[in-house]
Amino acid sequence: VSQFADIVAARTQPASNRTGSHRTGSHRTDGERTERDRRPEGNGPRQEGRFAGLFGSALADGSVNLRAAVARYGELDVVSCVVPPAPDGRPGTYKALTPSVPAAAWYEREIVDLFGLVPKGHPRIDPLVLPLRPGETRPRPGLVGRGLVGRGPVGRGLVGRGRPNVAPTTPIVVDETPLPAHLAGEGVFTLPYGPVRSGVFESVQFLVETPGEDIPHLRTRVYHKHRGIETRFEGMSPADGVLVAERTEGVASVAHAMAFSQAIESLSPTPVGAGEVGDSVPRPAMLLRVVHAELERVANHLDSTIRHTEAAGQAVAYSRLTWHKERIMRLRAELCGHRFGRGVVVPGGVTGPPAVAPSHALNQLARIEASVRADLHLLMATSSFVDRLRRTGVLSPEVARSRGALGPVGRASGLDEDVRFYRPYGAYRFIEMPEHRYRDSADALGRQLVRNEEMWGAFELCRLSIKQLGQRPPEGPWAVPIVPADGTAWGWVEAPQGELLYMVDVEGGRLRRVKPRSASFHNLSLFPDAFTGDIFTDFAFIEASFGVSVAGVAN
Amino acid sequence: MPWVTRGLRNGVLTSRYPARPDAYSDNWRGSIVVKQGTSGVPAADGAGTCPTGAVQTRAGGSPAVDRGKCILCGRCVAERPDLFSFSSSFELASLARPALVVPSTEETDAAVATLRASLSRRVAALRRSVHVRHVDAGSDGSEEWEIAALLGPIYDIHRLGIFFTASPRHADLLLVTGAGSSGMAGPLRSSYDAMPDPRVVVAVGTDAISGGIISPSYATAAGVGAVVPVDVWVPGSPPSPFSILHGILIAIGHLPDPDAVT
Repeated sequence: VSQFADIVAARTQPASNRTGSHRTGSHRTDGERTERDRRPEGNGPRQEGRFAGLFGSALADGSVNLRAAVARYGELDVVSCVVPPAPDGRPGTYKALTPSVPAAAWYEREIVDLFGLVPKGHPRIDPLVLPLRPGETRPRPGLVGRGLVGRGPVGRGLVGRGRPNVAPTTPIVVDETPLPAHLAGEGVFTLPYGPVRSGVFESVQFLVETPGEDIPHLRTRVYHKHRGIETRFEGMSPADGVLVAERTEGVASVAHAMAFSQAIESLSPTPVGAGEVGDSVPRPAMLLRVVHAELERVANHLDSTIRHTEAAGQAVAYSRLTWHKERIMRLRAELCGHRFGRGVVVPGGVTGPPAVAPSHALNQLARIEASVRADLHLLMATSSFVDRLRRTGVLSPEVARSRGALGPVGRASGLDEDVRFYRPYGAYRFIEMPEHRYRDSADALGRQLVRNEEMWGAFELCRLSIKQLGQRPPEGPWAVPIVPADGTAWGWVEAPQGELLYMVDVEGGRLRRVKPRSASFHNLSLFPDAFTGDIFTDFAFIEASFGVSVAGVAN
Repeated sequence: MPWVTRGLRNGVLTSRYPARPDAYSDNWRGSIVVKQGTSGVPAADGAGTCPTGAVQTRAGGSPAVDRGKCILCGRCVAERPDLFSFSSSFELASLARPALVVPSTEETDAAVATLRASLSRRVAALRRSVHVRHVDAGSDGSEEWEIAALLGPIYDIHRLGIFFTASPRHADLLLVTGAGSSGMAGPLRSSYDAMPDPRVVVAVGTDAISGGIISPSYATAAGVGAVVPVDVWVPGSPPSPFSILHGILIAIGHLPDPDAVT
């Protein structure tokens, strides 16, 4: 325990030759770099690890197993330690990671909320996901023996009478004591913005400390939506667990189902090949997963763009892009019967073949893509739109790198990490990948441009996958039975929001502990850093360009 | 200027629903139905596989499905195709929570008729135009997308006199999504209390009705009914924009026969 923080810090330390060294591997071709790309090539994958999350799991004796995930090119490195309880039985303490690994700040606050562990030396232990009054019982997810007994046999994951009895079910009492203001000065006041905001938004509260126009300080309170999802997984069969995973972050249902299923699949005792994730899954199922995952990416990126156009008052663009997004949702429903692609991905494969002929899907896809391209082309040439995004919400490349910004947010701030390229999974290992690009303008416009390019890539991947699917017999097999062995496994995908991680702990064929870590959680912790000289009217753009789903933040 | 011509390019895309049926509205799995002629067949085998306990066996031994709990995973259809099937119906909203259990019974039909009469008197002033406030009480985020879709050109609810408003103080109708997270209980109640009378509450989605697969947990109530009095229940995980629109129209008495539950 005493060395935990130091080991994690050492693994995320920048290498000595870090300046300019960044991933420029074989997936990049030379001709297509962005004009802002000034980085020398040929330094190979970056050597330093990126702190990717802190995952807690309660043990029966009152101790807590902490696992820190450090992402590298090609692998996910996990540092584990067990924090014992204090001699008087209260939750234990450990040396905080945050002073040496700033990206851990929110994770450690979440650990305090869920387990009561005290990270010694953490600069600011405010409640984050669960503001409980002192003395109240912490949920302590992962507790062995709670809800795991008397559940009947497990086979093919479809057994299990009744619902798992997950304690504690007594409602929590939320401590809503106002937070103290951090800024003082003439005319400075705190504006609580949310949780019920104008427009159709998920509930989240921003505490804006402002003298009136600019936003010198901003804090985020995310606990309003905390649903205790992590404890819902406990005791479930993997087949039930995937239903919960789909509803953890509804706009990225497919990504969550995939990350969860890949973790379960990697625990399957019969892997074909080198034990890589997804090897036991039939190839057509992998391809169909890509189709749904990429359509989900297009829908999410369109959603972010729609919110930009709404904030900029671009009524026609707003209407047209809303129409295109609706067409994507309808195409998804045509393919599987659900507008969000739920019920497709299950551990071991997919539930069945696409419900429409490949030619029809390709035709629809081509028509939608042509419309989206034409409208986005015009939109990016509309100065009243582009001017609102340019130099708005700059997340400096230094902050993005030191804190490990994920997804399009990171890729607009000079990071090139994309899990589909860094740690390929499923069909991304054998399918021909489109151009991988990133930018470093670091503003909302850069994030929009990154999203645009990702949409073209997503359309291309959909097309490739559907074509390859069309060459295969529709009778399958589409799934293989998965009976996971006991153990802890990790699943990852590049969700539309960025890297999505799942830690899955299986015991006796049932889920003991499942911890999803959405990119939304990681990126929202960077949100205040993007306010550098921006004013109130920029708020909507910065928020939309981060593309965070609050449901993924406050599980 | 280019946007003007762009805006005219594709003509009118807007659905004619509810004046005319929409060809697309029932193009996906909307609900589970119990097949005809299955009374007396216990659903015990099917019930075991339901992850949310939506499949029930009535006193007489007949199978039933509680759409307020159903998350449309389709397990019952896969296990017992003789009893259950998918239906593409989208007009699923109901005025009474018990009426979400299908097939409907005479008691629930009578209860719904009573509720409809009293709601109809309350909302008489809202029939031509209604202002809506949405509150997320712990949703997974997908319901918000489907509600936001109503503002787009396809559904364009402005044509029906339905408008979204920024403040609950100007709202007649409250759309609530999510399983009722503890953190939102206070803000949800405050939003409801801030609304002027007459006010109507629509619970959108299976999570909002019963908590779905998200409840029970230490941080959610089993649906938002524990916090605010719900008038209209719209099942679905998430409900499609057409289902939500149907629920709003029922709430303001805009549809002639609101409880044609199929």
